[in-house]
Amino acid sequence: MEEIQSLLQGFAVALTWKNLLFMFLGIVLGVLIGVLPGLGGANGVAILLPLTFTMAQTPGGTTTAIILLSCIYWGALFGGAITSILFNIPGEPWSVATTFDGYPMAQQGRAGQALTASFTASFFGALVAVVMITFVSPIIAEFALAFGPPEFFSVFLLTFCAFIGMSKEPPFKTLASMMLGFLLASVGTDTVTGTLRFNFGSIWLLNGFNFLVAVIGLFGIGEILLTLEEGLAFKGKDAKMSLRVVMETWKELPRYWMTAIRSSAIGCFMGVVPGGATPASFMAYGMAQRFSRDGERFGTGKVEGVVAPEVANNAAGTSALLPMLTLGVPGSPTAAVLLGGLMIWGLQPGPLLFIEQKEFVWGLIASMYLGNIAGLIVVLTCVPLFAAILRTPFSVIAPIIVVICAIGAYTVYNSIFDVWMMVVFGVAGWAFKKLQYPLAPLVLALVLGDQAEASFRQSMIMSQGDLSLFFSNLLVGSMTTLAVVLLFWPLIALGWKKLRER
Amino acid sequence: MRTRISGAIGAALAAAAFTWPLAGQAWEPTRNIEFIIPAGTGGGADQMARAIQAIVAKHKLAKVAVLPINKSGGAGAEGFLDVKNSPGEPHKIIITLSNLFTTPLATNTPFNWRDLTPVQMLALDNFVLWVNAKSPYKTPKEYVEAAKKAGSGKFKMAGTGAKQEDQIITVAIEQATGAKFTYIPFKGGGAVATQLVGGHADSTVNNPIEAVAQWRGGNLRPLCVFEKQRMPYKNKVTKDMSWNDIPICKQAGLDIDYLMLRGIFMPPNVSAEQVDYYLGLFAKIFETPEWKDLMERGAFNQTRLKGKEYADWVAREEARHVSLMKAAGFIAGK
Amino acid sequence: MAGNEGERPALRRRGAEIAVALVMLALAAIIAWDSVRIGARWVADGPQTGYFPLYIAMLVGGASVVNLLRALLIPREKNRTFVEVRQLKTVLTVLVPTAVFAAVVIWTGIYAAALAYIAFFMRRLGRYAWWKVAAMSAATVLVLFLMFEIWFLVPLPKGPIERWLGID
Repeated sequence: MEEIQSLLQGFAVALTWKNLLFMFLGIVLGVLIGVLPGLGGANGVAILLPLTFTMAQTPGGTTTAIILLSCIYWGALFGGAITSILFNIPGEPWSVATTFDGYPMAQQGRAGQALTASFTASFFGALVAVVMITFVSPIIAEFALAFGPPEFFSVFLLTFCAFIGMSKEPPFKTLASMMLGFLLASVGTDTVTGTLRFNFGSIWLLNGFNFLVAVIGLFGIGEILLTLEEGLAFKGKDAKMSLRVVMETWKELPRYWMTAIRSSAIGCFMGVVPGGATPASFMAYGMAQRFSRDGERFGTGKVEGVVAPEVANNAAGTSALLPMLTLGVPGSPTAAVLLGGLMIWGLQPGPLLFIEQKEFVWGLIASMYLGNIAGLIVVLTCVPLFAAILRTPFSVIAPIIVVICAIGAYTVYNSIFDVWMMVVFGVAGWAFKKLQYPLAPLVLALVLGDQAEASFRQSMIMSQGDLSLFFSNLLVGSMTTLAVVLLFWPLIALGWKKLRER
Repeated sequence: MRTRISGAIGAALAAAAFTWPLAGQAWEPTRNIEFIIPAGTGGGADQMARAIQAIVAKHKLAKVAVLPINKSGGAGAEGFLDVKNSPGEPHKIIITLSNLFTTPLATNTPFNWRDLTPVQMLALDNFVLWVNAKSPYKTPKEYVEAAKKAGSGKFKMAGTGAKQEDQIITVAIEQATGAKFTYIPFKGGGAVATQLVGGHADSTVNNPIEAVAQWRGGNLRPLCVFEKQRMPYKNKVTKDMSWNDIPICKQAGLDIDYLMLRGIFMPPNVSAEQVDYYLGLFAKIFETPEWKDLMERGAFNQTRLKGKEYADWVAREEARHVSLMKAAGFIAGK
Repeated sequence: MAGNEGERPALRRRGAEIAVALVMLALAAIIAWDSVRIGARWVADGPQTGYFPLYIAMLVGGASVVNLLRALLIPREKNRTFVEVRQLKTVLTVLVPTAVFAAVVIWTGIYAAALAYIAFFMRRLGRYAWWKVAAMSAATVLVLFLMFEIWFLVPLPKGPIERWLGID
């Protein structure tokens, strides 16, 4: 096996004391960036990029530099889940789906289990993706080239249909909330024609409504307001938080092997395509809910509901580096910044990178293994520390959370308007939750709306308005069909059951 | 922390200098310089801005740090308006793309480059006509003929953004040749190049840096460069070709040239000393090996105008964009 | 009795439902109106800028009308409390300062506003001693400042105090 030999050489490159030091430094920084909402992996890497400039010019330095930057990314992928679970505030867009079951778990005093499950699942997802990158990268990279606008649209449609199924909330409220998400997504600049829409002459609305700002407000601020109504304390502050919890959770996790495999497949697919880590986490959660025996009770604090999105988002986040390295196309915003970094250092990502910069590529791949192991160690040892935050009195931690949320909302686009919007979304989140308007369809529509509309309209430009384009080849046709099947799955399942009863 | 303290001292010194104006006292920044990028992270302008930040930090060219800030809303309008609305602020500079001209025309955003203070042209970005290496076209003429033959709108041109440079060039090709393309807008140059490699489009007008990896990988073929003369870089990029070997479009029967400005502007009402400080800073940046590397890697046109020449160039270019966009029907109605 | 007074509903469910449905209806109407203005037809090369927003706005509007009707049909005995007076008071003691905090950032910068906000919150809701309030809020703001301005080099909004200190 040529790959194994190259990988071993890669380990030889990556395993120096200096690299290990930067690996841990990167992970810690990344976790911190992941915890702070707004300051995402992309910003974190962009901010530290210039620091690596000098580093990259020493011999072997590019490997050290990319290890530092990629470990920030792994750290952010791990860290996004922490505040999702503890406070219902997703630190990163891709950890929104983690709040659905993670936060109820924390409220029941099972924050330790939720964190352990999330970190272990993240590690598993990343590992599957790295193994894939190691052994089948050339084939997979070719696959990404098959994706044009109609294929992208069908992927978004698939994500949507996988997630939207039977909900317990009143159907017209679900519809209103989902469509409101699409409406908010449409504000700002129309990327297909370049015209401004729905900003009513306001500079503030040029950027539209950012997904992260909405989520910080709806989930984070909304949750604080709800907590206030019921007294001045977070629930679940008596969470157990010894390392024994970690062991106990690990014993439980193998039960969810099917979910883990399904979610890593979804994650790798979405990362390579590149559809992104956020849609991947939603799709994996939706699929797990649909096909798990316990699906009915998702959203009430099931470990499986934490495992599914976390496996998928790390698998997607990691495999997003593959199209970057082999095609020079970033699979995620963070990968885009890393790509810029490689170019500044004088490397040229693309088809020739694996041939011309063998040492660098395999050093990076080896560091993906090592970095994720380092990440798992760092975050798991910190589980007791994170759980301890819940014991801080409410009147101390709540204002600090609000301030950090406000900074997070500001840093997304450097806009004070977003801080105001955060408060508005907070009130909306409070009212919506009390009136049983579901929030998940709203945020999913907000995150997918823009891209889905753009790829749909690009497709229509290509086909001159002919809708049959979405069934024009095997790939796009099967994805569209699968989406439709998933949308009507509850009905199909019901019909199947009726048929068997006869 | 050091920059903060020196910043405080600097402020005190500046105050002192204000009380006793000394002849020839050069202006120095007293706090970190905000470097506005009217585009998203990862794009060409963003990469150049971050390279500048890194060069300044590495060679310690300034006492303060340069902080790139992306303000990409409304096709960059957000960034331009931010600079326009900070009159007299010397700690803010902005790097421009062609959206300096196209955004106000296409979206009616209330600003014009004359609202800003021109400082320095950094370089001009080239555009190259690319096709998939598997396609049979070897010259622009063959390609355009094939497009004409196939019929109106049958050939697809992928590009970055709508009503911006890529689409303007596409329309210019259509007007010069009579061929009709279907223009498909994408978000970034990298995605555009991949769409071409994947066969979802027939051609692109990517900047060199956006497509070079795929060219070297043998997936794309350059047909011609939209320049008045050949690009000067003679080092081999692929096995048998350098940037210099790409013919210019005019010789190949496609009489179009287009270059994109990568230039620096400041807010309105800043003093001449303040502009001079940045001119000095950039003069030092241009001398670094890293900058020269960047120029060669992206096959940039290294014209570096400043002062009145720069302003005149921008004014000419604006007039050209007005006529190009008017011809293409891209000017927003009131 | 004070206790009963606090448990009195400040707003009933029907009122809240109607308010939310009306707000959504208004948003839908604004977007629908602007969609038509910018073009909402299906032309030769696919949908125009306002095509999807128009139909989505119509869906939001339609769903909101249903929600509105259902709210109006809530019978009196099922019109449960949406929020009690006491709850509303607690929520407002936090929401109002939070809104003020967000509003003044544009003038005072984020650090000064955060200092005041954390101090107010701790004093008013936690009833901590003044020295604890001062120490905690100052320490938080200092850590945030070091982290964002010095370490990550992310400039956050600043105001007259920072300018006076010479750190802006």
